[in-house]
Amino acid sequence: MKKYSGFSLFKHSLSHHENWQAAWRSPQPKKEYDVIIVGGGGHGLATAYYLAKVHGITNVAVLEKGYLGGGNTARNTTIVRSNYLWDEASKLYDHSLDLWKDLSQDLNYNVMFSQRGVLNLGHNLQDMRDIERRVNANRLNGIDGVVLNTAEVKEIVPIINDSQDIRYPVLGASWQATGGVARHDAVAWGFARGADSMGVDLIQQCEVTDIVTEEGAVVGVQTTQGFIGSKKVACVTAGNSGVMAAMVGLRLPIESRPLQALVSEPIKPIINTVVMSNAVHAYVSQSDKGDLVIGAGADAYNGYGQRGSFNVVEHTMSAICELFPMFSRVRMNRAWGGIVDTCPDACPIISKTSIKGLYFNCGWGTGGFKATPGSGNVFAHTLAHDEAHPLAAPFSIDRFSTGHLIDEHGAAGVAH
Amino acid sequence: MSPNLPQINRLATGGRIDRSKPMSFTFNGKTYQGFEGDTLASAMLANGVGVVGRSFKYSRARGILGHGAEEPNALMQLHKGKETIPNPRATQVELFDGLTATSTNGWPSAEFDLMSLMGKIGGKMMPPGFYYKTFMAPQKMWMTYEKLIRKAAGFGKLSLEADPDTYDKINAHCDVMVVGAGPAGLAAALEAGRSGKRVIIVDEQNEFGGTLLASTQTVDGIDAATWAEQATSQLEGMANVLVMPRTTAFGYYDHNFVVALERRTDHIGPVAKTGTRQRLHRIRAHQVILATGAIERPLVFGNNDLPGIMLSNSVSTYINRYAVVPGQRCVIMTTNDSGYQTALDIQGAGRTVVAVVDSRQTPNGRLVEAAKAAGIQVMAGHGVIEAQGSKKVMGAIVAPLDEAGDKVIGAGKTLSCDLIAVAGGWSPVVHLSCHTGSRPVWKDDVAGFVPGPSIQNQHLAGAVTGEYLLSEALNAGIQAGATASGTTSAQIFDCGDESIGVSQALYLVPHTKPISRAPKQFVDFQNDVTAAGIELAAREGFQSIEHVKRYTAMGFGTDQGKTGNINGMAIVAKTMNKSIAETGTTIFRPAYTPVTFGAIGGRDVGELLDPARHTAMHPWHLANGAEFENVGQWKRPWYFPQAGETMQQTLNRECLAVRNSVGILDASTLGKIDIQGKDAREFLNRVYTNAWSKLAPGKCRYGLMLKEDGMIFDDGVTACLSDNHFLMTTTSGGAAAVLGWLELWHQTEWPEMEVYFTSVTDQWATCSFAGPNSRKVLEKLCTDVDLSAEAMKFMDWREGTVAGIKARIFRISFTGELSFEVNVPADQGHYMWKKLMEAGEEFGITPYGTESMHVLRAEKGFIIAGQDTDGSMTPYDCLMGWAVGKTKEFSFLGERSFSRPDTARTDRKQLVGLKPKDPTVVIPEGAQIVMDPNQPIPMDMMGHVTSSYWSECLGHGIAMGTVKGGSDRMGETVYCPLADGRVLAAQICSPVFYDPKGDHHND
Amino acid sequence: MHHIYCPYCEEMREEEEYSYTGEAHIERPKDPAAISDEAWANYIFFRSNPRGIHHEMWYHAAGCRRYFNATRDTQSYKVHETYKMGEMPSITAQTLAVANLSEKGGAS
Repeated sequence: MKKYSGFSLFKHSLSHHENWQAAWRSPQPKKEYDVIIVGGGGHGLATAYYLAKVHGITNVAVLEKGYLGGGNTARNTTIVRSNYLWDEASKLYDHSLDLWKDLSQDLNYNVMFSQRGVLNLGHNLQDMRDIERRVNANRLNGIDGVVLNTAEVKEIVPIINDSQDIRYPVLGASWQATGGVARHDAVAWGFARGADSMGVDLIQQCEVTDIVTEEGAVVGVQTTQGFIGSKKVACVTAGNSGVMAAMVGLRLPIESRPLQALVSEPIKPIINTVVMSNAVHAYVSQSDKGDLVIGAGADAYNGYGQRGSFNVVEHTMSAICELFPMFSRVRMNRAWGGIVDTCPDACPIISKTSIKGLYFNCGWGTGGFKATPGSGNVFAHTLAHDEAHPLAAPFSIDRFSTGHLIDEHGAAGVAH
Repeated sequence: MSPNLPQINRLATGGRIDRSKPMSFTFNGKTYQGFEGDTLASAMLANGVGVVGRSFKYSRARGILGHGAEEPNALMQLHKGKETIPNPRATQVELFDGLTATSTNGWPSAEFDLMSLMGKIGGKMMPPGFYYKTFMAPQKMWMTYEKLIRKAAGFGKLSLEADPDTYDKINAHCDVMVVGAGPAGLAAALEAGRSGKRVIIVDEQNEFGGTLLASTQTVDGIDAATWAEQATSQLEGMANVLVMPRTTAFGYYDHNFVVALERRTDHIGPVAKTGTRQRLHRIRAHQVILATGAIERPLVFGNNDLPGIMLSNSVSTYINRYAVVPGQRCVIMTTNDSGYQTALDIQGAGRTVVAVVDSRQTPNGRLVEAAKAAGIQVMAGHGVIEAQGSKKVMGAIVAPLDEAGDKVIGAGKTLSCDLIAVAGGWSPVVHLSCHTGSRPVWKDDVAGFVPGPSIQNQHLAGAVTGEYLLSEALNAGIQAGATASGTTSAQIFDCGDESIGVSQALYLVPHTKPISRAPKQFVDFQNDVTAAGIELAAREGFQSIEHVKRYTAMGFGTDQGKTGNINGMAIVAKTMNKSIAETGTTIFRPAYTPVTFGAIGGRDVGELLDPARHTAMHPWHLANGAEFENVGQWKRPWYFPQAGETMQQTLNRECLAVRNSVGILDASTLGKIDIQGKDAREFLNRVYTNAWSKLAPGKCRYGLMLKEDGMIFDDGVTACLSDNHFLMTTTSGGAAAVLGWLELWHQTEWPEMEVYFTSVTDQWATCSFAGPNSRKVLEKLCTDVDLSAEAMKFMDWREGTVAGIKARIFRISFTGELSFEVNVPADQGHYMWKKLMEAGEEFGITPYGTESMHVLRAEKGFIIAGQDTDGSMTPYDCLMGWAVGKTKEFSFLGERSFSRPDTARTDRKQLVGLKPKDPTVVIPEGAQIVMDPNQPIPMDMMGHVTSSYWSECLGHGIAMGTVKGGSDRMGETVYCPLADGRVLAAQICSPVFYDPKGDHHND
Repeated sequence: MHHIYCPYCEEMREEEEYSYTGEAHIERPKDPAAISDEAWANYIFFRSNPRGIHHEMWYHAAGCRRYFNATRDTQSYKVHETYKMGEMPSITAQTLAVANLSEKGGAS
């Protein structure tokens, strides 16, 4: 892998950029791999990267039915934070946040992780109780966070409507200064380039049509490019997990729903942090290009259409204009939808299954992007050792039978 | 004020402008004149304005390219102060007198821009994705780089003041919705209208007619624009047709739901003087006809972004519709016949056509012949490979091309000109059809994507299908209108336009140098994406069209790639030796053109954003100085401060009044569900944890409701009104969810049960008054019920007359004191409240709010579902095993989950009382609980404080909280380490702090 | 934006009148105490979640307050039918597959 740097840019500019090498190879699939990862999104690529880097397992294929990073990785609002409520979740997300901090250098790819801080607004007394509870838990877990009052929120976001006479007044917020946003595509591409350089085969346009098992154990997958063998198959297919599970007769505690987001036309910088409000189903940040990036609530119905219903967008716009009355004159450029795999407790499943050698990493709901490095990191461990990484252990699928759910609805909300 | 400048490019006659209505406007501080009927763009061009802005990345000078929604360059900052609007396209802004506009980019000005210097020097270092390859170390520095990048990016500015305008919405239904009022749309609407169907036709422009308005053709012998006027007035005359100009259908959602934005006042002034500025139409149509037309493509050649290079059809439009010729000497570069029309239009306007440069070797057809006959020089088999100039076009380098258009095969020569009109073929406007998930299909014969199969009731007509002749569009419109209306028509239009030459599919005009070394060949003007950039992206492995889009930002602009995308896709395909059909397209998303946030929000802002619910007594609360708390949708009195009191002093006064005499609370917000039917009792057995079989009429019982996972979901008191009739109360925020829950079980699992549920929350007002004197108060107003302790016991209810009003009287208590709740019909609630206040006056009756209610109930250890529980608490976790029926025959909802291994653990977090070691302390709610305050971080958290208050009657702080295994830890000390460094110690105790035996409420 | 026929109101109504309430035809176990934790979890949490034909419940919350079933394609969002609670679907993934087959057969 040729190193990227300001100098390499300069050097290549002298030869009119004609000699850049491909960021990754386009190999033909081999007959067999030690591990097959189904799904070339951020989580799948991160899993491959850490399998190779941390565990030295490089005979790995990532099979992607479309193009790398083309699912939810390409469709989310790129928020990164770790201020979840329960120990299990906050530790997992904080592990991820730790990895984010050095990710650009680790990957030699600028993922533009911008630690501009994340505000979660509270609009009523119970919101504020929940915020206090969550921030206290975070603090005692060593996770950064403070509770702000209205005036302190206003100081950080001067354009916010701090009137107490509005329908959902801002009573305060939690503030995680180390949270922020990142460039979503770059995360997928950086992990892809890194994994490829260590020998992982990234195979695009290769749809898995069946998971093949013998005597309760995985032996490989049927794909649109033929049969590929492996004793370990890991499904990291957000937005398609139920379909994958059905191939081997499994069901998951997951429902796939549309989640919509939208951007405004690019404008000059006006908001420098991430502002989220679960109560009104809206969150906003501004991209480096100048777009206001706005997330809406999830649509209520199951849907794989990568589009949702307009009333959800309408509601979000009302809420956004209430919080930021000047936004009313800006214009929506583009709205789109992703497919989120929602779990009953708003927490992911990182788990072995009843079929030997078959693993699932799914159910990240509306908030998987922030977990990308952490999820890949712990899942790689699970695959390498056939035993859950300690941080992943609570996220076993067994929890739905034992009752040990980790209810993050409050902290995950519809927002991230 | 500078003097008005002459309109140097305006023709003396013609066009659809009103020369009797001149209008002044300013652009970048200079004052110009235009006419009514102008767009800002046509008026700028009339005045010879060339540079309208600077490009995003390289800061290159840019001029107007198009004349409508496709315009990538002319993004304006309109109006001033709080009226300002960032980024509208000058081509879509109707001129009005006094309009002010500035460029959105360029410093210190668009004309003289310093950033362009950086663009020239640094541009070579900024290929697509350069930012992924640098600015990495150290990580912390990224925030600094980012600040600089952010400053340079973005287009217009937003005011920091609130939007002075309002917006509204209208829902509409129709049989046939026609999108676009060009020739196809007008014909379709006429046909549908004549059939009697309810028709809605919308068009984004101020006038109906589309291309007809700038056409020199005839329709059945009538001048095209006149035909459009006649068609429009015919439609306006039909009572069943709704005609909406200035209305953009920007989103097409499932099941034929079309969203359209009507701009009501933007053509009059910066803000609406009366009414709303814009209106969103939410239209549900049985049939949708897309007559959205096509957009002309520019051609990709060296320096093709110079001001003075325009779409050929746009040049014709400016001439014919606005009487503006945007140049003196014009070179036309074309791959098809449309360029020849422009040549004829330019010549007709008295300006010079230097040459028509046609990539085709042997162009022929009606228009080609007409141009030749007019003496226009045609250079067949040639291409403009490069434009010359710095801030405007000075010349075109023209060179012979091979037949495929792949290579320059001879020496070039320079043609001097100040305008290059480019005609690269047409791209059907497939955007709307994509919105519902239909993928467009590539058609080689029209060199464009057309809408693919759709499951919507959708019809297509005109150029959107790749049929570009006027007669074809009109005829297709008639047929689509007939099909959508379920009729037939044999009407055929004659426009004399049959003979047309075959177009060449050419996207990138070759240069003598390779792409990477040629002068910049722009594909996406707004995002500064070049052919070299696209080639580089493909070289680096970004070979999916989506990857190219994301790596280069092609198509991400506010124009969503209307002019650039197809050219870009063609270049990708060629680089990879694939066809465009193979590489595919990206998918267009709503909105077709950008839509004001405020219009999408509509009226649902301010008070109408989730309107608040008020109880019948609300006016009294307002008049008596209540502070309010939002609970669900309700506004509830939080506390009733008196002059000079702190909040704590108010609470102390309110609580003591209840404990010592009598206080009164508005409890109307609690959800109330009337349940009737012979199986009502059994139904309660199934949905509540406890037993209901023996509850007699006249009695009440507290119940807990669980989800099937065993976790508490709601609670409340239910009264037995008669054997088959119950009144259930729910939490204030949970009423709708509980009703849905009951209906769900009845309708899906137990339909055989005879039971009916009716929400009566709004029908009843509830006055709850508590305290040792509460009975005395009630006795003054109610004489037909024996209220004595013996006759009316705790948890009894009676029907009676209170203050002359038929009422239900409940003896239930959420305070631990003797307490009554009087329910009266809501319209008499305010009266009842006042009567109780009068009756209680001698006892000092004290109104109290939710906060005192919380204190009083916490003193008694009563939970609030949603505050002390969080979706992870079973009744046992709340030490409320007493409320769980152990011997109920039917396995009530949630019961089975208790025996799951994790739920059955005895060391789960349990809700206990917490008594602060320092009696003066109130532990903050939300504090986390640990056993060892000296443990280093991360600490082992045992639980958290759910409720905590100062108890004035006990003289110390009290709290409730969850603690792991708390029920077995009574008496142990726990610690709450706070953010401010304090560590508060507390002792685990029973949550019942006050009157543990319950003597008071039994009085 | 779905437009759904309420089989009780017998009219097409807007999506905003309805609440979606999950997969249809999931029966509560008759004797919960008799089944395993896994079977109980399967009933509460696990869903078929297909891409394609899905039988699901909708609640006409702002209308007649009746629950009913819909056969809907989760990919195209086409509503094939709605039917009353207690009834079985007349269109399933199987019947559609058979219909598609015969359609293709007829065309060839």
